[in-house]
This record gives sequence, structure tokens and C-alpha cells, in this order.
Amino acid sequence: MDNNTLVLNLNKISFGYPGSRPVIDDLSLEFARRSRIGLIGPNGSGKTTLFHIIMGLLKPISGKIELFGKHVKDEKDFITARRKIGLLFQDADDQLFSPTVLEDVAFGPLNLGKSKEEAILTEKKTLNFLGLAGFEDRVTHKLSGGEKKLVSLATVLSMEPEVLLLDEPTNGLDDHTKEKIKTILTGLDISYILISHEIDFLTSVTDAIYRMENGKILTDDEMHIHEHVHAHPHGLASHNHKQ
Amino acid sequence: MLETLPIYDSFLQRLDPRIKIISIFIFSILTAVSQKFNVLLLAFSISLAVFFTANIPIKEAIKRLIPVNTLVIFLWFFLPFTFKGNTVFTLFDLPVTLEGILLATMITVKSNVIMLMLIALTLSTPIVTIAHAMHEMKVPKKIVHLFFFTLRYIHVIHNEYIRLSNSMKIRSFKPKTNFHTYRTYAYMVGMLLIKSLERAQRVHNAMRCRGFNGNLYSLSNFSIQKTDKIVMAIMMILFLLLGIIEWTTIPLF
Repeated sequence: MDNNTLVLNLNKISFGYPGSRPVIDDLSLEFARRSRIGLIGPNGSGKTTLFHIIMGLLKPISGKIELFGKHVKDEKDFITARRKIGLLFQDADDQLFSPTVLEDVAFGPLNLGKSKEEAILTEKKTLNFLGLAGFEDRVTHKLSGGEKKLVSLATVLSMEPEVLLLDEPTNGLDDHTKEKIKTILTGLDISYILISHEIDFLTSVTDAIYRMENGKILTDDEMHIHEHVHAHPHGLASHNHKQ
Repeated sequence: MLETLPIYDSFLQRLDPRIKIISIFIFSILTAVSQKFNVLLLAFSISLAVFFTANIPIKEAIKRLIPVNTLVIFLWFFLPFTFKGNTVFTLFDLPVTLEGILLATMITVKSNVIMLMLIALTLSTPIVTIAHAMHEMKVPKKIVHLFFFTLRYIHVIHNEYIRLSNSMKIRSFKPKTNFHTYRTYAYMVGMLLIKSLERAQRVHNAMRCRGFNGNLYSLSNFSIQKTDKIVMAIMMILFLLLGIIEWTTIPLF
């Protein structure tokens, strides 16, 4: 793959805590511009840890990380890279810390050095795009679960990232909000990696799905969408199609 | 208590929050250190006057004065009996001293006067605005951040507490005076502490991902109006008056 189109290049990354088996085990991953991939795997397989390593929140024991063609090593490199990568956390309460929606969505743009006026403008644009117009003065901790998730997405999108890392964006949401997130994601012109346990959701918003297990990405186990696009009355109820 | 405070539209509400904070800060110190009843009487009148410009329902104020006065009641149980001085009368064979009664009265007046003023402040100013005003007033960043995050996450931690205590209840936990109860409560407090710590870490991470560099930018603009200046001047004159009565012998009253 041409290096210029590679947004993300992980080379033999390992991460773990002393005395226990590695959380990430010699993992390599190449992620090209305009790709949309899904990660699926059991709890504790290292999916969230992988995202945190990409963002520089956790430091791998070994391996090399390249973001946007640049080798990133220390916090300074990551600070620059984080401007272009948005991470949506699993728990919206972690992401939304400001008392009001307006302040939270404007937080990122202000950190990027925009003026108050520009920040508010970006904020309005993002909220409109997500169908959240008029939410500016709402108190964040009083929003419903679905609204919190959408506002979290707004806080990330308002920074106009080139890559999105979405950690279980539909976890615990109702069908209506899930559908809304699906529509938003398919309409975005941003590459993303998405963690989810919901195969139906993954197939509809990503181009390739990888399975993660024991700190490794099983690339040979790549699932293809054409095998999986199906309407299923039971949705997530356990069913087997892989044979 | 954990509900978002209602803000009542009033003259006080429209004042610049910085003016309010500075005034109440000075006022509270003056009231707290005062040793004279005539100063306290004047302070009481000031706080009442300010309170009435805030347009707050009396019921709301009384609701908030109850906790302070519960504490004060306990002082009344002890101070009149334990403070050295001239005995006024005896109650159940215990001597009650004049000095003790005066001291208890003074503490009662002081705490209510200061509380009344703080009620007027918090019910006339959104707490976020207070945080931003503190920031504008160059209060150390760490204090402002502490204030800000406590405000945002106290609900989340309170909800976690409710979840934990519910999970104890559904498994038939009934607090009693025994070791099992103490240990269970200790576990719960420990769990809350760990959860809060981990949440703090996650929140900080989320903020770093969005380019946090130690600064919280405020979106609100404050500007001192003519009314603000007049109010500030009146307040300062009143404070000066309080100081003069307290620390000089000029017979103003």
C-alpha cells in the first residue's frame, strides 16, 4: 500500500501490564484514507486499548506507530496527531464534561486556537448537521442516553477530524438513535474505525470487518459484507452464518 | 440538593458576577471576624436588603437555611453551659453563663447573615457563570477547575452511589451496628473512590484527545455596566462603615 494514503500504520505493537498476558500482542494494522473498518471481538480482547494506544493515551511496550506518515513517539507528536483524529469514548459521561452543550462542543475548536466567534459558528454547524439544533443551552448531564451520544459525536466532529475512532457508538442505544447514527456515519466523508458487538450495524456502516482476539487482529479471518448483508428478524440474537 | 439550582430573574441576577463575588467575599470576612452586635445588626440589614433584591421565594431561602441552623442548634446545647463567665440561671443544676449565651447568639447571627448572602448569590447566578467569573478574576486555575469539575461530576458520582446502594439493598442488606455493616460501607466508599478516580482519568483522557492544554476557555463575556459601578460603590461604603464601627470608637450609632 502506498505510504501516502496510509493514515495509520501500526507495526508490531505490544502492550500489557507486568505479570499478566499482553493486552495487545504483536499487532500490526494498516489503515488507509477513506477506508471504514469495523472491529469485533470478545470483551477484553484489547479493542479499546488499541484505540487508546493510537491516541497516545497508553504507551505500547514495543512497536512503531505511524500517524499520517509520521513516526509518533512522544506526547508532543501525539498532540499534533490528535488534532486530526477524533476518539468517541464508550461512556458519553466521560466525554461531556462541560455543564452545557454549547461549551462542550466549543471546547475542542477553542483548544485548536479558534476564536470564540469561530468556535460558536463551528458548533452551530455541527449541531445542525447532527440534527441537534437548539441544544446549545441544554445541561449535559440531563440529556438522555441517545442525546448524550449524539452530543459526544458533535464534540468530536466539531474539531473537523480526518479520522474517527468510534468505541461502541451504539452501545445501549434504542433502535431509533442507532438508525440516526447509521445515517450520520454513512453520510460522513471521514475514514473511521468502529468497535461494535453488533454485526448487523457493522455491516451497514463499514467496508470491512476484522475480528480481534487476545490482543491480535485476525486479518485472515476478514469477514466480507456480501456474506452478511441480510435482514434478520432476530437482529443480534445468536445465529451462525460463517460456515 | 443535587438538582440544578433555579435562577430567579432579578436586579441581582443582572449584576456582573464579579461584583457579586467580591462584595460577598469581603462581606463574609467582615461578618465572620466582627465581635460587636451593632456591626452584626447592620450586616444583617445589608444581607436582608440584598436578599430582597434577588427576588427569591422565602420558602427557598428557609429550605437552605435549615442545614446551617441544625448545626447551630447543637452549639446551643453546649456553649451556654460550658463557656466560662457569669451565671445567669441554672438549668437542671447546670449553670448557664451570659457569655455563653452571647457567643451562641453571635454565631447564630453570623452564620445566618453569611448564608443569606450566599443564597442570594447562588440563586441569582448560574454556577457556571460563577466559575467563569472566578476565572476572569484570575483565581488560580486549579481552584476554578476543581470547582467546575466538582459541579459537573457530583451528579455522576451521586448516581454511582445510588447504584451501589441499590445493589446492596436488592441483596437484602440492612445496616446494623455490626462489623459486617462497617465493612460493607467501607467497601462501598472505597469503590466510589476508585470509580471516581478512574472516571477522572477517563475524563482527562477524553479532554486530551480534544486538545486540552490546561486552559478552559470561557464563552461568556462580562462587562461592567454603570449599575455595577454604582452597586460596587454603595457596597464599599457600607463595608467601610462596618469596619469603622468594628475597629474604631467613633460613635456612629
